[in-house]
Amino acid sequence: MLLTVDHLTKTYPGAEGPVTVLRDISLALAQGETLALTGESGSGKSTLLHLIGGLDTPDGGAIVIEGQDIARLDDRDRAALRRSVVGVVFQQFNLIPSLRVIDNIAFQARLGGGYDANGAAALADRMGLTPHLAKYPEQLSGGQQQRVAIARTLVARPRLVLADEPTGNLDEATADEVMDLMLELVAESGAALMMVTHSGRLAARLGRRLHLRAGAVVEAGA
Amino acid sequence: MNVRVFFLLLWLPIAAQAQGFAGLGATGDGFAVPERGVPLTFPADHGPHPDYRIEWWYLTATLTGPDGTPYGLQWTLFRSALAPEAGAGWDAPQLWMGHAAVTTPDRHFVTERLARGGVGQAGVTASPFVAWIDDWQMAGDTFDEMRLTATGPDFAYDMALLANGPLVLQGDAGYSVKSAAGQASYYYSQPFFDISGTLVLPEGEVPVTGQAWLDREWSSQPLASDQTGWDWFSLVFDDGARLMGFALRGDDTFTAATWIAPDGQATAYPDGAFQAEPLSQSTVAGRQIPTRWQVRLPDKGIDVTVEALNEAAWMDVSVPYWEGPVMVSGSHSGRGYLEMTGYE
Amino acid sequence: MTRVILSALTSHWWRNPVQLFTLLAGLALATALWSGVQAINAEARASYDAAAATLGEAQFDQLVASDGGLIAQDTYIALRRAGWLVSPVVEGRLQGVRVVGLDPLTAPGGLGPVSLSEGADIGAFLFGAGQLFGRAEVLEALGDTGADLIVANDIAPGTIITDIGLAQRLLGQDGAVNRLLVAPVQPLIQRPLSEVAPDLSRRAAEGGSDVGRLTDSFHLNLTAFGLLSFAVGIFIVNGAIGLAFEERRSMVRTLRALGVPLGRLMALIVAELLAFALLAGVIGVGIGYLIAAALLPDVAATLRGLYGADVGGTLSLRPVWWLSGLAIAVGGTGLAAGAALYRLWRMPLLASAQPRAWAMAAGQGRLWQAALSALLLVIAGGLTLWGEGLAAGFGLLAALLIGAALALPVVLDLVLGLGERLSRPGLVQWFWADTRQQLPGLSLALMALLLAMAANVGVSTMVSSFRLTFTGFLDQRLASELYVSAADDAQAEALVAYVTPRVRAVLPLISVELTVAGLPAELYAARDDATYRDNWQFLEAVPDPWDLLARGEGVLVNEQLFRRAGLSLGDAVSVATDTALPIIGVYGDYGNPVGQVILTETLFRTLYPDIGPLRFGLRLPPEDVADLRSTLRDDFGLAEGAMINQAAIKAFSLEVFDRTFTVTTALNVLTLAVAAFAILMSLLTLAALRVPQLAPVWALGLTRKALGRFEVARAILLAVLTTLMALPLGLALAWVLLAVVNVEAFGWRLPMFLFPGDYARLTLFALGAALLAALWPARKLARTPPAALLKVFSNER
Repeated sequence: MLLTVDHLTKTYPGAEGPVTVLRDISLALAQGETLALTGESGSGKSTLLHLIGGLDTPDGGAIVIEGQDIARLDDRDRAALRRSVVGVVFQQFNLIPSLRVIDNIAFQARLGGGYDANGAAALADRMGLTPHLAKYPEQLSGGQQQRVAIARTLVARPRLVLADEPTGNLDEATADEVMDLMLELVAESGAALMMVTHSGRLAARLGRRLHLRAGAVVEAGA
Repeated sequence: MNVRVFFLLLWLPIAAQAQGFAGLGATGDGFAVPERGVPLTFPADHGPHPDYRIEWWYLTATLTGPDGTPYGLQWTLFRSALAPEAGAGWDAPQLWMGHAAVTTPDRHFVTERLARGGVGQAGVTASPFVAWIDDWQMAGDTFDEMRLTATGPDFAYDMALLANGPLVLQGDAGYSVKSAAGQASYYYSQPFFDISGTLVLPEGEVPVTGQAWLDREWSSQPLASDQTGWDWFSLVFDDGARLMGFALRGDDTFTAATWIAPDGQATAYPDGAFQAEPLSQSTVAGRQIPTRWQVRLPDKGIDVTVEALNEAAWMDVSVPYWEGPVMVSGSHSGRGYLEMTGYE
Repeated sequence: MTRVILSALTSHWWRNPVQLFTLLAGLALATALWSGVQAINAEARASYDAAAATLGEAQFDQLVASDGGLIAQDTYIALRRAGWLVSPVVEGRLQGVRVVGLDPLTAPGGLGPVSLSEGADIGAFLFGAGQLFGRAEVLEALGDTGADLIVANDIAPGTIITDIGLAQRLLGQDGAVNRLLVAPVQPLIQRPLSEVAPDLSRRAAEGGSDVGRLTDSFHLNLTAFGLLSFAVGIFIVNGAIGLAFEERRSMVRTLRALGVPLGRLMALIVAELLAFALLAGVIGVGIGYLIAAALLPDVAATLRGLYGADVGGTLSLRPVWWLSGLAIAVGGTGLAAGAALYRLWRMPLLASAQPRAWAMAAGQGRLWQAALSALLLVIAGGLTLWGEGLAAGFGLLAALLIGAALALPVVLDLVLGLGERLSRPGLVQWFWADTRQQLPGLSLALMALLLAMAANVGVSTMVSSFRLTFTGFLDQRLASELYVSAADDAQAEALVAYVTPRVRAVLPLISVELTVAGLPAELYAARDDATYRDNWQFLEAVPDPWDLLARGEGVLVNEQLFRRAGLSLGDAVSVATDTALPIIGVYGDYGNPVGQVILTETLFRTLYPDIGPLRFGLRLPPEDVADLRSTLRDDFGLAEGAMINQAAIKAFSLEVFDRTFTVTTALNVLTLAVAAFAILMSLLTLAALRVPQLAPVWALGLTRKALGRFEVARAILLAVLTTLMALPLGLALAWVLLAVVNVEAFGWRLPMFLFPGDYARLTLFALGAALLAALWPARKLARTPPAALLKVFSNER
């Protein structure tokens, strides 16, 4: 199993005492599987994604990726995990504004030390980014920026792609285009994909679906 | 300017420069070099020899106060030439250095003067004899009867000198060899001065009498390169005989001595006849200095212990050294002066 | 990985070159001002040290010819042979160069070219062609003399040191010397001077280094200025770094999300800053050198005129500047970046990923800042009331300035909020509200402006007060129109008889040295004359002090003695054995390091019958001075040098002050320029962030041109408000410098005067600077393409 989440709990301090964001979540994801996380705003789906991505630490339970419980890793090792095993696609794209598109695409792979320039070029071409490689992110449209972010993640060859509302900032037509491309490329790379979305339409395109409400799994479907 | 550094530069390199021209007629820079067999002539040789690099008029005296307290005094005038000419005015290449000291059993007063030759601040004339630096002087119508004065910040003296014996030529008729390699100087003494006068000390004036010994020496290359310093004894025995002996410390110690009978008859001894062996050391001015010696001249049956009157007779001047009165006991008894240089 | 991270970090600067420029320029300017001022100080001090080491004028008693002429060399030898440890000095001018000849063998401790002791060839100094020691330019000015030239920068400027024999030859003064230095320790026995050399008189050593103490006052002022300038610069750097870090927050977060460890990231950011600091430091020291080189001739002239201290007009680049300049640049960067780095370190990985406009972010710190400011101002108040010592004075200065700077945004926020509430709803209200919104982004630049202006007000108030006080003091002290001195008692008597019928009054100047309240002091006699009553002002006095003084019922003391000895009016002061009189008045005595007591002449003569006056002040109509001078010279036979014209002294003193003003003005202009630069950079960086805020106003019907005008108006409004706060702050600063620091450092308090004209000019200058700084960004705004404004409304952003 690529990813196993076991009895995961997360609590944040709130104005009126602690707020439990996730309670007793368990799930598993195998290599090549795709999973949609759905739920209302505040249901805890983004928090779950961040915990799995090592961006935050749980209060209880375990997150085991490739046999390693990442809840027990320190900041350095979690950073190393993000460089190599896991790739995150954010809703806000999170590109580096002062780097050109080509350098943004190459960035994470370079950090991990496994940058393949030819593969990157081919991928950029597939994503229609070739004419924009020398531009800066601010000169691109939102759809193009998200393609850059997806390319950046995939060029680094992660085993697990985490996507947090990757098309949330895009209009519907663009969103579909980007989603098609992402699913296609993730499938080709053999990585597993876990995607947070509030759109049932998009969730339906993934292999499995997990619906959260108030921090707990209320529905799991195929 | 650091006068101390200056004089160290001036005096000490002589040893190094002497190497390589021992016994030759003249040094490379034009200074004359002593030669065996040249007779000394007086009174002319009482005066300065500007074509030799260094020269001194060196008087020490053992004194006794009215209560029997032993004292010692020193009056020294050094001449050092930067070039072998007398010159005149500020340009004269002759530098003068005066040292004066008074030693009591528990105190040692010392002071120093420096002067340029050529402007009248210091110098020596042979006849009438005057040797002076600033207000200090040793002067008289003849060399046999002189007045000696010096003053420092905390002491002064005013003495009369009266010779009651002849001049003594050291070594070979005044040609005194200083090393096995042949370095030499011209050297004569007047060891028979009676001295009397007044010491002015912080506690008051003290009338004193005693014996004084004047050494005259000039050369351009007195030490061999390996020689680091000397221990020099001038002893006056109660029976009226005198002994001058020195040991030049080097790779091999070189000694020489002159036995002076009460009538002035002198016997010179070659290297090895005179022996001086340190018995104990004192810590003076931060260094170890032998202030008790066993001195032997077997040929005359001399085997005496020589001990400093005041171990702290350190001359804290431009070129520091130890110079002070000593008490003599053993096979013979008497008093004298000891000079030790080159102790680091 | 390091290279990849660094490329991302540095790419920010290449995309935002203006920010990089601000950072480097701010840091370089701060370093430049600091190191420039330090350079001037160091150079001046090195010059005094050289002068002191060369001549030691003040250290030793001297024998001089009573007639002021030369001393025969034979007299020197006669003195030596009489037991006097004296050393001859030959001194004269050749091609405008001061040539000093010494005899190193007799010179008392430590005199002569310092470098001679370090293995130099003494023989070459004493004999043969000889050697001349001096600075390169001086040796060059002297031309070829046949002697060897030795460049020695530790020799006083304009001076050549050589052997006495060579000096005599060069100056054509064979067989004669100018003066004799008396060694501090003399032999037990020596013949009396009057017997050996009756024509010589002994001049006492001038105890300690007066020049040093006096010039310290000037240096203290310069150092204070340097520190203030540096503070201004650091505000700029802080602004630039704060902005850059805020803009890179999202990048830092992204980098971490992509797997960059925090520790490595922080280390690289620190390394990056260090590199910038070093680069800016090198540039800054270079600029500082140029500033110092440009100002040094004026400083040198000031010091020479004020205190008679010779300072070289040229600068040598000392390694210690590079080090201190770089250290200050790195330290300043650390100071400016510390808070930003800390925030970055503690920033949670998952906080809002929205890039926040830095300008809007500073708000939360407001309360904290107000509290810190209040605390500092309270500390300043406490130090004013209870502080003692120089350190407390500087502490007060620092607390006051930083406290006030921190208070500025808080006060401005209140004022702008008030303006917003009081204005009618509409465009004007929007203007106030919008200005208020800009405040956080501009506050650092405004703080820099505040400090720059306060420094200018403070320093110019201090210098001008100093000038007024000093000229007033000269009027008081040099009330007589002509001063004459006699060679001996006989001449003095003849002189008095000669001038009495020709002038309105003859005022003898007599003094004796004594110890008062355990401190060295001079006791002066004053004749009961209208001159004193008319011209002297007291800091403190009992009623009718002159009458009491004339009756011999009290004494006047100078402020230094009064303060140092902790005296008060009425305290008895001993003026002779068995005679003590109460203090009836205290007068200012600026620049004098020792205490002074004034006693009526009649009593003085009774107490010290042996001391006769040799110097006199003559009162006569100013227009008659020239006639009397020539009569005295031609008829009476008084040497020209024995007469001093009061008007000449005053004119000279004023000239000196004008030079001081040149230096101060130049530094003023520089600090204001730096502040203007800070405003410009802040406005430029804000301009980009402003577009989304201005777009709605534009869309509602305001032209871009009008928006530009509003931008300029806003800059001026803020500058005006800042100026209003800077004026009182500057005056407080001046007060601290004059009434606290000066008293602690030198023992006298300078009265403070106000110069409204100067402040008005300064305000205009500051507004002009703000206007200039606002023009470019406003123009840029007025030319923003409509497309850029429209983009704000597009969904894609």
